[in-house]
Amino acid sequence: MINFKSELIGTWTLLKKELLRFWRVVFQTVAAPVITAVLYLLIFSHVLANHVKVYDNVEYTAFLIPGLIMMSLLQIYSFALLYVDLPILHPWVIFGFAIIGGALLGTFGIIAGIWAHRFDQMAAFQNFVIMPLSFLSGVFYSIHSLPPFWQKVSQLNPFFYMIDGFRYGFFGQSDVAPLLSLSIVTFFFIVLASITLGMLKSGYKLRS
Amino acid sequence: MKKAILFNNVKKNFGKLEALKGIDLTIEEGEFFALLGPNGAGKSTLINILAGLAKPSSGSIKVMGYDVIQDYQNARRSLGIVPQELVFDPFFNVREMLRFQAGYFGKGRENDDWIDEVIEGLDLQDKANTNMRMLSGGMKRRALIAQALVHKPPVIVLDEPTAGVDVELRKKLWQFIKKLNQKGHTIVLTTHYLEEAETLCSRVAMMDQGKIVALDKTKNLLKRFSAKNLNLRLDLKGKKIPASIQKLMKNLDQHSISFLIEEITEVEFIISELKKSKIKILDMELTNSDLENVFLKLTGSKK
Repeated sequence: MINFKSELIGTWTLLKKELLRFWRVVFQTVAAPVITAVLYLLIFSHVLANHVKVYDNVEYTAFLIPGLIMMSLLQIYSFALLYVDLPILHPWVIFGFAIIGGALLGTFGIIAGIWAHRFDQMAAFQNFVIMPLSFLSGVFYSIHSLPPFWQKVSQLNPFFYMIDGFRYGFFGQSDVAPLLSLSIVTFFFIVLASITLGMLKSGYKLRS
Repeated sequence: MKKAILFNNVKKNFGKLEALKGIDLTIEEGEFFALLGPNGAGKSTLINILAGLAKPSSGSIKVMGYDVIQDYQNARRSLGIVPQELVFDPFFNVREMLRFQAGYFGKGRENDDWIDEVIEGLDLQDKANTNMRMLSGGMKRRALIAQALVHKPPVIVLDEPTAGVDVELRKKLWQFIKKLNQKGHTIVLTTHYLEEAETLCSRVAMMDQGKIVALDKTKNLLKRFSAKNLNLRLDLKGKKIPASIQKLMKNLDQHSISFLIEEITEVEFIISELKKSKIKILDMELTNSDLENVFLKLTGSKK
């Protein structure tokens, strides 16, 4: 009764539905993050561009963009390109980190969705987990500019490796070797994905 | 004949509460079956376990021979459930929602004809491209029934499908369900409306406090409890109904009193008692037994 083809159709249907749903609320899912990212870009580049030097041959504004893209993981790149000259050295690295980063955040989302019973719990997850992890990840700076303690903290943050590796794809320079970043992010993904699958299988908070 | 649904000593505890105290029940293929019981009897728990939304504390359940835990994929494919609550995805219209639902079960474009048929059968043509959010309650109910049918399940469970649905729609709905039953689908229905079960279902199980208290053909149940209803309209004028007949009383409202009659001599008794108390009878009606009487008798609860 069950065969490979019908499993494939099932998975494909779920993907299609989620993409369509995403597209139905495009104002919320695409336009809003674009605006947010552009605001960050304008303000931080205006205020900091002449004061912060991260890599010798990379402009601060250019440095900022990969971080912002990873932060919203959306089509901001094409938009940002209008303003800043952004090199792409290793497109496959960019692609790889975008996929694994998206997958990692996807597992985060499923775990939060299963755990949360109300919308305020979902907001708490966003504000107390996702936001601190994003801001302590080096979107706006290279972690070498942080005090040693916060450098250590950042090194425990999977978001840091996602952004650092993603940035390597653009500039060929990074704080951590990209292969190490990729391994660490993949490790986090496998751990979280196993937790998610375990939750779904055991029916945690889903089945009484 | 194949067994459509098989419950084997199914128990379910919520903490200390025993919601299901060992349910044994077999529903044959092609049956039109009713599961009745008051609120909290355990009907919905039983259906949730059948659907895989809850886990039994012990016991096993099979749908069309597939175990709902070990062989859950085949079990789910064999089962279509219309939920009691109106749950829906507000992002899509009726047809999109039905296509997605079919897709989850591995059905592709070849299934579109059947989707059209379901939409037509439930009179949803005009609303096929309307967002689920914009539908009225009755229309949402129909869309959810359609959702349960898109993958052509041999077993269909309707959990209180007519709660809050107007008479006109109820009639149409039952017509469609009856047609499906004639085509060979097994139908299981839970309902509060006893008269629905009485007219539609060939077999009835009654549940109370987590147990099945009666399980038989509808007509046997009605025969076995050959009680009648005596409905009276009385001119009380401040007089009280004599205590001797109060225990036979089933229902009392402003205009009429109904008594549960098991032996026809009880009618004489009631009338003579009323005469003794000088209460005038304005109107009198004797009706045949219904499932409600059976139910009251079995559960011992007076409403």
